[in-house]
Amino acid sequence: MNDFFFARSQMAMSLAFHIVFAALGIGMPLLMVMAEGTYLRTGEPVYLELSKRWARGTAILFAVGAVSGTVLSFELGLLWPGFMEKAGAIIGMPFSLEGFAFFTEAIFIGVYLYGWGRLPPLLHWLAGVLVAVSGTLSGIIVVTANAWMNAPAGFRFINGRFTGIDPVAAMFNRASLHETLHMTLAAFVATGFAVAAVHAFLLRRSPGSPFHRCALGLALAMACVTIPLLVLSGDFSARSVGRLQPAKLAAMEALYRSQDGAPLLLGGNPDDSARTVHGALVIPRGLSLLLADDPGARVAGLEEFPRTDWPNVRMVHWSFDLMVLSGFAMLAVAGWAGWIWWRRPPLADHPWLLGTLIAAGPLGFLAIEAGWIVTEVGRQPWIIYNVMRTKDAVTPMPGIAVPFLAFTILYAFLAFVVTRLLRQQFLETDGAVPESSPA
Amino acid sequence: MLALAAAASLVLSLILYALSGGADFGGGMWDLLALGPRAARQRTQIAKSIAPIWEANHVWLILVVVVLFTAFPTGFAAMMTALNIPLTAMLIGIVLRGSAFIFRSYDTRPGAVRRHWSTAFGIASIVTPFLQGAVLGALATGGIRVVNGQVTTGFFAGWVTPFALACGLFALVLFAFLAAVYLTLDARDQPDLRGDFRKRAIWSGAALMPVAGVVFLAARHGAPALFHGLTQWWAPWLLGATCLCSLGALGALRWRRFAAARVAAAGQVALILIGWSLAQYPNIVTPDITVVNACAPGATLRLLLLALAAGALVLLPSLLALFRLFKGAASHGGAG
Repeated sequence: MNDFFFARSQMAMSLAFHIVFAALGIGMPLLMVMAEGTYLRTGEPVYLELSKRWARGTAILFAVGAVSGTVLSFELGLLWPGFMEKAGAIIGMPFSLEGFAFFTEAIFIGVYLYGWGRLPPLLHWLAGVLVAVSGTLSGIIVVTANAWMNAPAGFRFINGRFTGIDPVAAMFNRASLHETLHMTLAAFVATGFAVAAVHAFLLRRSPGSPFHRCALGLALAMACVTIPLLVLSGDFSARSVGRLQPAKLAAMEALYRSQDGAPLLLGGNPDDSARTVHGALVIPRGLSLLLADDPGARVAGLEEFPRTDWPNVRMVHWSFDLMVLSGFAMLAVAGWAGWIWWRRPPLADHPWLLGTLIAAGPLGFLAIEAGWIVTEVGRQPWIIYNVMRTKDAVTPMPGIAVPFLAFTILYAFLAFVVTRLLRQQFLETDGAVPESSPA
Repeated sequence: MLALAAAASLVLSLILYALSGGADFGGGMWDLLALGPRAARQRTQIAKSIAPIWEANHVWLILVVVVLFTAFPTGFAAMMTALNIPLTAMLIGIVLRGSAFIFRSYDTRPGAVRRHWSTAFGIASIVTPFLQGAVLGALATGGIRVVNGQVTTGFFAGWVTPFALACGLFALVLFAFLAAVYLTLDARDQPDLRGDFRKRAIWSGAALMPVAGVVFLAARHGAPALFHGLTQWWAPWLLGATCLCSLGALGALRWRRFAAARVAAAGQVALILIGWSLAQYPNIVTPDITVVNACAPGATLRLLLLALAAGALVLLPSLLALFRLFKGAASHGGAG
């Protein structure tokens, strides 16, 4: 375990922490304005209560997301100066646009949280809409920077020098569309299922509560509309990765040998030295069919790439399977909930559904974390795919174990406190809604 | 020319960060130092003043970082390497401050817990700007050397010098002063509270002068290039204007012209940062990294400036709306 290992661990830990808040920062504002919009349309006070309560949750999550995002923008340079030195001029553009989107979000979240009663209702709702839109936009823009690391574009790399820099081409690289689409949908799905689980849990405690019934309805609506789109975008993403990063795809599918009519391997234990997978569930020709709509199509295996260019196959394959499994599990739950909603409403009176929703609550975030492991670990050993190796970008700073430990402890503590505070907002103050302005 | 414009926008973002985010740090300091019979009310007023705007104010820092690494990527890489230790510590401060503030606002448990958050918020509000000042100071010392893109002076160069530490102290007092001046306006409905903040503003504003003197003296040996910059033709004019603002702010506080005091104090902070950047120019990390040799290619700079201009078009009306809503005179009638 050297400094390089700790630098990677610190980056991974910071991203894994931030992505939860970033995804909630995209999903929660939409829920919040859905609730307030429903209130404005129907005049039902329960929806006003709901939007206020969700806004309190959003405020806490947004603050932690903002500071952990600040940490990341510095860590890019603190941990990977070799990368930023070259990449800053190429992908700084999306970051500065993201800065403005984030700015807008921060401004209007202030307006929204503290503007109850100070603004006409419609304007207040519009402030919320701006939070939701700019939050989503800032997520999309920042993911294009990550997409660039996977599908570098907008420069010429000659003799170790980057020339002919075109930031627009870099931003609209060939991985941008599928990554941004998949991540944005994932944010809505994960938030929807997590929030639905919270209110399903509270409904089991107090089955009659109209508050939690309405909350469950809105959260499930968001989750159930987006999950089928998410699964479809997943298919699109996998095909794009197959085209752009065949080594990553081979690791995702644990495909060692190139072959016509490649099988789909589910689970199993990839063995790099024997170049085989033990105990996987094999669907013959499945992979070729999925990637090329042709059961006989040829798929490149890891053997086509130098051993030094392989990512950690086991980690990537297992994470990929975990993500896909979570996705389909959520799709099934959504299908069931949709059927009940259509044929046997109301949803809240089905104890089995509530139990299942509680169990499905973490699946969205599990899938997001697993998906980012696939994206990031799957790109290794490259920090800029096929251009710069991660180990060549790391800081010369010794003793990175210290900040790694410090941030790990700090974030563990924050996670604990945030969980506690969210519990306070939703569990312990189950009765009346506290004042909207906390200060 | 493009590089100069990018550098100017960097300085502008830095000034706006100091004027807004800096004052939020100052608020944290006064929260920690809340004294006397009205301590609790002082804290309440500080929280109320900061709460709706601190998230937005904080984004200026992100903008500074982003413009820095887009427009001057090699400068960014060198700074992040040489100043890894203070910047990492500053990040921990930023995380603690932001989360402690929001946790305090939303923690419904009784007083003791809130006091812990309050203390964490206050301490982080001192540590963070101190390190920011020291980092800015370190850039000017000339102690950080970069050869062929590699930092050759290790990880302690620059920032553990008397000059850099004096800069840290200066940032602290400056932000405390700025916050106290702003708070006199926010507390307009409560004369006794306003008096407290007025006293704090006068004391910290007066304390600023000897600290500025120490920074200046320390610069002679600690940051010779910067010191030399401060002896150019424009320096006396700028220094004069800064002193005028400073005395103007103190005078306005003395005669209870609080709105004028705010303008003068903000002008003082802006002039200090402008003077610092003019004296520092063309260096980013003195002496090896300059605005010219560290800048990104023209295509990047052009797009960046375009993006900044377009962003400003969205941003400025939004910011105005935010501040009008929560800081305008009209908003105080009902807020109580």
